[in-house]
Amino acid sequence: MSGLIIDSVSMRFDLPNGTAVQALQNVSLDLKQGELLSVLGPSGCGKTTLLNILAGFLAPTEGQILLGGKRVAGPGPERGMVFQQGALFEWMNVRQNIDFGPRMKGMAKAERDQITDHLLETVGLHDFGEKAVYELSGGMQQRVALARCLANDPDVILMDEPLGALDALTREKMQGLVLKLWKETGKTVVLITHSVEEALLLGERLLVMAPRPGRIFREYNLPFAERGVNMDLREVKKSAGFAETREEILSMIWGMEEEIMGKKEGAA
Amino acid sequence: MVLLFYVAIFVVSMLVWGRIKAHRGRHDFTSLKTVTFGDESAIQPDRVASVISVLSVFLIWGAFTGSSIVPLHVPGPFVGEAGFTYTARAEGGAEAQAEVRILVHAADEVPTEPTAAQASGFAQGDVAVVQAWRSVLLRVVENDGEGAQVVAINGQPVAVDDQVAVTGGSVTLTPRGALNFQAARGMQMEPIWLPAPEAVVARFIEIATNGFQNTSLWGHLGASLARVMAGFVLGSLVGIPLGYAMGLSGWFRGWFDPIVEFMRPVPPLALIPLVIIWFGIWETGKVVLLFLAALWIMTIAARSGVSGVKLSKIHAAYSLGASKAQILRHVIIPNSLPDIFTGARVAMGVCWGTVVAAELVAAQKGAGMMIIAASKFQLTDIVVMGIILIGIIGYGIDIVMRMAEKKLVPWKGRG
Repeated sequence: MSGLIIDSVSMRFDLPNGTAVQALQNVSLDLKQGELLSVLGPSGCGKTTLLNILAGFLAPTEGQILLGGKRVAGPGPERGMVFQQGALFEWMNVRQNIDFGPRMKGMAKAERDQITDHLLETVGLHDFGEKAVYELSGGMQQRVALARCLANDPDVILMDEPLGALDALTREKMQGLVLKLWKETGKTVVLITHSVEEALLLGERLLVMAPRPGRIFREYNLPFAERGVNMDLREVKKSAGFAETREEILSMIWGMEEEIMGKKEGAA
Repeated sequence: MVLLFYVAIFVVSMLVWGRIKAHRGRHDFTSLKTVTFGDESAIQPDRVASVISVLSVFLIWGAFTGSSIVPLHVPGPFVGEAGFTYTARAEGGAEAQAEVRILVHAADEVPTEPTAAQASGFAQGDVAVVQAWRSVLLRVVENDGEGAQVVAINGQPVAVDDQVAVTGGSVTLTPRGALNFQAARGMQMEPIWLPAPEAVVARFIEIATNGFQNTSLWGHLGASLARVMAGFVLGSLVGIPLGYAMGLSGWFRGWFDPIVEFMRPVPPLALIPLVIIWFGIWETGKVVLLFLAALWIMTIAARSGVSGVKLSKIHAAYSLGASKAQILRHVIIPNSLPDIFTGARVAMGVCWGTVVAAELVAAQKGAGMMIIAASKFQLTDIVVMGIILIGIIGYGIDIVMRMAEKKLVPWKGRG
């Protein structure tokens, strides 16, 4: 079983004018197999940078990422990604999108079809296999994106605001689906969001990050994701502790935002 | 005059059709909009306007060329018997009048000379024959005795260079004492300037069956199309890979950017002299020219196709385990196809225009050669026919490309 270890990762970008931006400073975290982590923070706190480092698209200036004891050096199929939107391949139909990973690996067609059929069923797109992706609604497209990621059977699923572009109703449905898939597949999931409510619902563990330099500000262990597996999400939101935690995190982030504004005004 | 006609047709038909539409009172989505000025989606091309537009071009063309397919004509040139009387003054100061009869005939008629009128004094009657639109010099006093001079026309005194309107035309006294008769032109165009539509059609049928200068019409058009295809295919074969390389490698982009950016604004026509010097005036030169015309357009299209790929698609493909070659094959190339198709449409249009121009310079066959050769013999009907065919083929190419685009890249603009 493979855990995901973030080992004192720092990231510094040199700017053309000679100064440098500390996007991440000494971030460490230990994720066990099957854990669901959500990451929250104001813009500029380095959460997307962190996800790109986890995916292997960026190399950290210090520290390392270990997955199952192996050091991450680039993108790889053991770390699947789900993007906000527009990352599907429009020139392929739904089925071809989903079996892209297995196809690239050279898996036999019969085996691929079995996986795809199963996943179409799982994400509720049973009759849509032959449709073009641009004919689907935003929510359905994200279902395809989830299925495409799962088809490759990764150890870790990295999600970069996957539900950010959806309307409120669809978003709530999709949150339920993400929880269901997480429980069924037992994958490790890292989800970046800037909705506090979503972070609470979809995080066994929740990181609140702070900007300048990007760092872990506070970490929570939360019961809501586990509750959400067997309960309507609206009930979860009414359940004990949810509202209080949400208010606490919101005021924490508000504080950070005000601090940033203050700094800027001070500089100006 | 023609413009006035055209504007009148435009305005009148717009008002009439607007009334008709308002009376019909349809309630589709657009007609219920109260604001359409500036709402792009509410502006649909009115197909009735298109039909009237095409018809009015032919109507005006026909009306100003005396065409038989159009019921209305502007006044044509004078044809028939023209004439006037002149007063001659003999040396002694005596004056006499004589009549001049002029037969103005159409170009395709064989005229019979009219008989001269009986003279009443020393001035003898004169006759002349002239083709419509043309003028004729009349030495009317030549047969009126030594030293006779014209002093008046139709009773109106004239000096040198005075012009007098007479039946069927006008008369001018030249410095040497002769009279220049110009048959009335009317408002129609001479066939040598603009032939009637049916003359163009007749010429089209003739050339389509008999060919022009030892080559059939399809041979001419085919030659032009073949050159365009050769140039376009070669340009794409080099340009698309070059564009991909520029989109994928900083070194390639840095190396070729100055060349591409420099060559792009140079119109292919400006290259004709150099291409002729280097490659001669025959096929090689033309294909090289068209190759150059297509090359930069296709390079830029392919480059922007590659640069336009969303980073998240590439990232997604990498994290699904695709290799670089697989990403090129399954993500970058399909993603660039819409841009390449747009470039191909532009390139085909430019190539078609360039080939016609290149054939004007020198060619043994081709659409451009056909019209330039015809113009040297003042065969205006062939020139007009050629221009129409060139236009139709250019339009046809664009329609075919658009259909291919719809079929091959249905995802265009829906990323």
